[in-house]
Amino acid sequence: MRGALAAVGLLAALLAVNGLLTGSLIPGVSISPYLLQVICLAGINITLAVSLNLINGFTGQFSIGHAGFMAIGAYASAYFTVTFGDSVRAAIGFLPEFARDSVVLLIGLGIGAFLASIAGFFVGVPSLRLRGDYLAIVTLGFGEIIRVFILNIDAVGGARGYAGIPKLANFFWIYAFAALTILIVHRIVHSSFGRTLIAIREDEIAAEAMGVHTTRAKVISFVVSSALAGVAGGLFAHYLMYINTNSFTFLKSFEIIIMIVIGGLGSISGSVLGAVLFISLTEGLREFAQYRMVLFSLLLVVLMIVRPQGILGHKEFVTFLTRRRRSIGAAPGTTGSA
Amino acid sequence: MSILQLSQVTMRFGGLCAVNELDLVLSPGQLYGLIGPNGAGKTTVFNVITGVYTPTSGDITFEGAAIAGERCGRITRRGIARTFQNIRLFGEMSVLDNVKVAFDCRQATTLTTAVLRTPAHRVEEDRVARESLELLKIFKLDHLAAEKAKNLPYGSQRRLEIARAMATAPRLLLLDEPAAGMNPHESNELMDLIRWIRDKFGMAILLVEHNMKVVMGICERVHVLDYGSTIAIGAPAEIQRDPRVIEAYLGGA
Repeated sequence: MRGALAAVGLLAALLAVNGLLTGSLIPGVSISPYLLQVICLAGINITLAVSLNLINGFTGQFSIGHAGFMAIGAYASAYFTVTFGDSVRAAIGFLPEFARDSVVLLIGLGIGAFLASIAGFFVGVPSLRLRGDYLAIVTLGFGEIIRVFILNIDAVGGARGYAGIPKLANFFWIYAFAALTILIVHRIVHSSFGRTLIAIREDEIAAEAMGVHTTRAKVISFVVSSALAGVAGGLFAHYLMYINTNSFTFLKSFEIIIMIVIGGLGSISGSVLGAVLFISLTEGLREFAQYRMVLFSLLLVVLMIVRPQGILGHKEFVTFLTRRRRSIGAAPGTTGSA
Repeated sequence: MSILQLSQVTMRFGGLCAVNELDLVLSPGQLYGLIGPNGAGKTTVFNVITGVYTPTSGDITFEGAAIAGERCGRITRRGIARTFQNIRLFGEMSVLDNVKVAFDCRQATTLTTAVLRTPAHRVEEDRVARESLELLKIFKLDHLAAEKAKNLPYGSQRRLEIARAMATAPRLLLLDEPAAGMNPHESNELMDLIRWIRDKFGMAILLVEHNMKVVMGICERVHVLDYGSTIAIGAPAEIQRDPRVIEAYLGGA
């Protein structure tokens, strides 16, 4: 009951902020379209980073094919809304405009997530038998295979890209799904199933010896992660209204990995922090675009030396703060009060 | 009636025969020691029983069912639990969570109940937490429940590994060198603990150990391996007098 209330409250707050940002709540008050777009892309990045952290950070299976599943979600949902969007709208014509849009978007995202999870299953079953570097290489390969496959489907534009996607996603939907992703991953991690995933990360042989069906657990976590990446892809497509396979290369996968490594593998709030930091840096350094990747590599090298576990490590933001406070309380005077 | 029976089990790695036509019978509630010089194949026997390796030939029966070649996790759910020679705890997890993971192999929670947080899921989680804590109490680890497993002292890590194995509710417990690295005081405590586990839970225990004081002190039957073959089986006192065992350990005259 409390949970349902909190969910309604969160959605209402998101709607209000959405109105505020776009200027429809208070006339004359809005932010620049550029800033709004950056904020929305940050939300999509949060969904991508948190979902990838489930497989990379919590299950400890290093996958670098996340962009491939994002692409499947993007193309599948876009194909649905472009091709069948109007007939669905006609069938529910009695509803007001925004409700019709929402229904079309939600069905599209559902289809995107479903197809991405199917792909995740078929990629996961053979490749999750591998470990470490081998798994990374295989998932990298599968990610590219998916992209090249889509590149050769003429129905979705091929190399020209897929244009004419209706703008159905906005701040509200992007952040609602980011919140849903955080909720799902949080609940998985703090359940018995999540414990088995972390056990696999810590010691796969011991986990198997404790009766854990390790392959099944890994595949389930991979499928959930892929489905959420598919949702992020669908939102991406319906926000930018144009997608091109170049947006889903392995560089995109690397970007998501950078986000979760910066924030801390195995920390949900760390992934959120990493995603926001990443997009802030890329946008902030737009003037020095040609040096951007150099700076990122430097940043990563410094981070690996100073704080190899990422900014938050395995901890969540809340526990991070409380630990701090407790240690400060335990040793009064030692922390500089000047 | 035996709980575990190995007949003519052979395990080859290429040209190396690690275990050669091994016969081994364990009765319920028996404390059985498996000893032998380094490289005799003791740990390989453990790995074959627990499904880490599929034996090259031979049969393994546990409570009347053939288990050779089954998955490791499946064999654990049948009721065989083990510890490892080199401690394999889930280091970053809390002591309590280490035990909970092992408990989970007996419960049927699914991903959907976890995500939806159904009442049944909460009840189950509470039960697992309660029983895990009780188990930790038995092993005198309850005051460390919130500690990360990797931060425990060595002796406590060994105890935690046994506690974790016990959480899978086994009827046969395999202990791989539990006294390794323990001081005389700790190994004495360990002997009492092993004996106590056997008496309290009535389970069979197969023990690999180099510490002869421990083996001779608690095992009812001792099985000596050398180069993968059995060279002697018998009560501890007989084994200590057996000329072949003395030769294997000290070298021929």
